[in-house]
Amino acid sequence: MTTGDESKAGLSVPAQEARYFESLAKGVFEIPFCVNCERWHFFPRTCCPHCDSEHLEWRRPSGDATIYSTTTVHKPNGERYAVCLVDLAEGPRMMSTIVQADPDRVRIGQVLRSTIEVRDDGPLLAFTIVGDQA
Amino acid sequence: MRESIRGKVAILGTGLAGLGHAGGATEQEIIAKASRAAVHDSGLRMSDIDGIITSSLTSPWWVMRMAEYLGIRPTFSDSTMFGGSSFIADIQIAAMAILSGRCRHVLVCYGSNPRSVPSSSKLNEMRAALDPQPYEHPYKPFNPVSSYALAAARHMHQYGTTREQLADVAVAARQWAAMNPDAFMRGPLTRQDVLQAKMVSSPLTVRDCCLVTDGAGAFVLSATAPARDLHATPIHVLGCGHAHWHRQISCMEDLTVTAASESGATAFAEAGLKPSDMDVVQLYDAFTINPILFLEDLGFCKKGEGGPFVSEGRIAPGGELPVNTNGGGLSFGHPGMYSIFLVIEAVTQLRKQAGKRQVAGAETALVHGNGGVLSSQATAILSTGV
Repeated sequence: MTTGDESKAGLSVPAQEARYFESLAKGVFEIPFCVNCERWHFFPRTCCPHCDSEHLEWRRPSGDATIYSTTTVHKPNGERYAVCLVDLAEGPRMMSTIVQADPDRVRIGQVLRSTIEVRDDGPLLAFTIVGDQA
Repeated sequence: MRESIRGKVAILGTGLAGLGHAGGATEQEIIAKASRAAVHDSGLRMSDIDGIITSSLTSPWWVMRMAEYLGIRPTFSDSTMFGGSSFIADIQIAAMAILSGRCRHVLVCYGSNPRSVPSSSKLNEMRAALDPQPYEHPYKPFNPVSSYALAAARHMHQYGTTREQLADVAVAARQWAAMNPDAFMRGPLTRQDVLQAKMVSSPLTVRDCCLVTDGAGAFVLSATAPARDLHATPIHVLGCGHAHWHRQISCMEDLTVTAASESGATAFAEAGLKPSDMDVVQLYDAFTINPILFLEDLGFCKKGEGGPFVSEGRIAPGGELPVNTNGGGLSFGHPGMYSIFLVIEAVTQLRKQAGKRQVAGAETALVHGNGGVLSSQATAILSTGV
């Protein structure tokens, strides 16, 4: 027996990836929240990795985050960009990138705000720097 | 209750083939050559082999293909993919198979030829499609380098580890490689050479990254009693541990603490030994940050002290702790997955067959394999005696 309201939660299997990116395409950043243990998780799953419950809901995190680690990728063609691990204020960590900043000025501990980039290959959750230290 | 395998299985023969540039030979051809050498060095014939473990970065059918190629009809086989750590994790699997009577002699083998036959972009795309990471891929990490670069950057931030200390790992590896005729890169390498090399994914330059070479390796495991009859110097397995906590770097809880802290503790407990008992140490150095993390997580130094520990020649020839005595993935060679070469080098040292790079009085060795992006960690402790 599961306690989850599957239709309300909208976490049909195996559509987690589609649900996440479709939401981003509409300009909404949503990730799963576990109603049972009241913890968020990322990447989206069909059951909570903390407590194994299927009672999940898609919710909007605040968009506040900090940089846990960062690297600048140097492509052979000279292109440079930041690849970061970002800790959301709600707890989950995700890979992301920083827009509107020189990648070499991106620092661990910087305070971020989420933004949704629309690119040719689909919507992308990214971040802008709003402060130097948490 | 975990049943101890301490001293119950031993490594017999080992084999190497196709090192560096295999001249167009296929993966199966060089693995077969290494396997044949290992089986003959074990005092066995291929028809005596009734267990086989191998895995491939490309083919999910690999153990059936290799058994077919070698003419083996195994009563036990396994082909679980643990990335580069596979062939140390396989020691534990082989030991369980032998001790439960599923088979008598297990051949562990691997090889690849990415230098002479580079992967086509089509093949790389296929590999990515078979292991999708839709929440990382859009950000274009240059993996695996970028994932290890993130770990290195975090370690530097948290503990003050420096790029110079990372570079010293590569310099020490090259100094060992200079004494190994089988090593791919043996010329001089300085700290400045590493720091000024082409940046790939900061803070890691191309000299912080392992080589891309061809090569195959194999070894045979048997129960201790037959091993003593078959080989003059069987190398005893005193302890094993294996742990994996994530697949993708974004799911690693603390980028400065790997599952080696669990696999190492398990292996040491089984062996009844501690880090200071180890005469030689072989650590999977896919990137220069790896030995720093593993020396900490395996208990050779405290968390955060790996940087100073590896610098100033301490892990180089003549240093306090001989690490990666064949030159490592950084200078010996690295055909996609590397850990089988850690086992072979440890056995070579314990048999006192390492020539100029021989560590005097080497009676115990720790081998530690890493797979994925710091994802899978496997440790084994080997010894000349029980």
